[in-house]
Amino acid sequence: MKVLTLNFLTCAVKACKSSNDSFPLHPKDAELAHDDIEINSQLLVNVLPRIDWTALRTTSTELGFPELPEQPPTAETLEADEAMLKELHTLLLETQMMEGKLVCGHCGHEYAVREGIANFLLPSHLV
Amino acid sequence: MATAASSTPSTSSSLPSSSAARAVASLAAAAAASDHSIAEAEAEAEAYEKTHVHGVYEAIAPHFSATRYKPWPAVADFLHAQPPGAIGLDVGCGNGKYLGVNPNVFMLGSDRSSALVGLAKARVQSLQGGRDGSGPEVAPAGGTGVADAASSGKSKNKNKNKGQASVGGEATTDVTPTTTRPDSGAAIGNDVLVADGLSLPFRDCSVDFAICVAVIHHLSTRARRQDAIRKLLKCVRGSEAKAGSGKVLVYVWALEQGNSRRGWDEGGEQDLLVPWVLKSPKPQQPKQPKKQRKKTHKEEVVQGHNDQDAAIAAAADANKSGEHSPIPTPTPAISTGEGGVIAGGGDANGSCGGDDHTDSVFERYYHLYRKGELEEDVLAAGGAVLASGYERDNWWTVAANEPSPSGPA
Repeated sequence: MKVLTLNFLTCAVKACKSSNDSFPLHPKDAELAHDDIEINSQLLVNVLPRIDWTALRTTSTELGFPELPEQPPTAETLEADEAMLKELHTLLLETQMMEGKLVCGHCGHEYAVREGIANFLLPSHLV
Repeated sequence: MATAASSTPSTSSSLPSSSAARAVASLAAAAAASDHSIAEAEAEAEAYEKTHVHGVYEAIAPHFSATRYKPWPAVADFLHAQPPGAIGLDVGCGNGKYLGVNPNVFMLGSDRSSALVGLAKARVQSLQGGRDGSGPEVAPAGGTGVADAASSGKSKNKNKNKGQASVGGEATTDVTPTTTRPDSGAAIGNDVLVADGLSLPFRDCSVDFAICVAVIHHLSTRARRQDAIRKLLKCVRGSEAKAGSGKVLVYVWALEQGNSRRGWDEGGEQDLLVPWVLKSPKPQQPKQPKKQRKKTHKEEVVQGHNDQDAAIAAAADANKSGEHSPIPTPTPAISTGEGGVIAGGGDANGSCGGDDHTDSVFERYYHLYRKGELEEDVLAAGGAVLASGYERDNWWTVAANEPSPSGPA
């Protein structure tokens, strides 16, 4: 599961959807892997406005990456900054969480991640 | 050949196939009729789908996957119309055949079946690295050798064809970048996860678009089908967004299939159990592997999960030996147990014993949509219909959150 994916995931429990604490989910005991993927700067620039930057900063820190700036770069800045493009590419697309858990900050439910696949099926009492 | 009568009915097959439609209809009626029974009916519907949808796909995953590689044209058009960098969902992604159709968007696929998601994951990994995956050659099921033929140094991916990827196999750091399509640019990638369509883990209003192809017709009450559409609409951008509401493409099987061999048409029964036949590869192996038949019928009932495993193994064998030759298309027989082939209830009755080339039959529940019904469901779910149409035995609709832009999309 990619870090970019984490930016779009919240708790599957209905009651948690309205809570700010359910996003982002918090990685626990995360084992990371790295995929080599060719960079596509234009696509990355287009993806940028679709990202919740605050949540990405949280995720990035929790996974042990260097702290991201408080504000997202503008499209122009990012296009001109090759180092930052590469950094974001690595973080968002090349980094995978292979094993571990994703924890909801609201209800505390833990979703397992195995072999790079997160499982959001809920036990019946949480549906 | 064993008949349905010879196998002890399990609790999970308590609905004989011939009365499934009526049973489902009564579920729906119960849900609609009385408030106090709604929770109960909901639980019943869930249990029913567990047997007649989830259990089946889990069991037939590799076989099913081998037959699912060609995108529907209307779906491919929808995906190609998305702008570069768009983020989309494929809810009920199956083996992930729509992931990578448009390499310039990032798609998140989800499915209720972890076996199918495992196959989709293998596909996603094989698409990474700039290889064009839109072609039909990428059929990740069952070790067909496709991975070898198409690999350009992606040796790691070969091990993941059965959805049982080895841990750590995903990391492809030792792989040299491929350059098969130098002019196409790098694909932005995709990702997959396991989730229920009625309890999706995606944050509200977060994505640009969603597709849901051949999924909603597996839900056994109208309320649940509408709820599924409601959940999809919640995931896409709201109508207040600068670019307008995100679009949701829903694709379901049609009742009106006058030109198809299945014989369904207007005015017919809409709630059906449709058999999926796993044909055994009889030419190469006059004697089937023992694992398919080693259990007595009673054991099969008790050990339902093991039966599923056996069926998966059998399907993998079928794919290995016969590649795509055993064609597992749904047969025209509609839940009538014709020829005694149907092995009762459909809950992973992976083997029925008997002859050497025993076919396994799994019955999936379908609600066939009549003309106009999908649009009604979109409206009931609070959505607006932007466009809709019919394509080869299926109804499709592009929906958005209200208020809708005027006119068709």
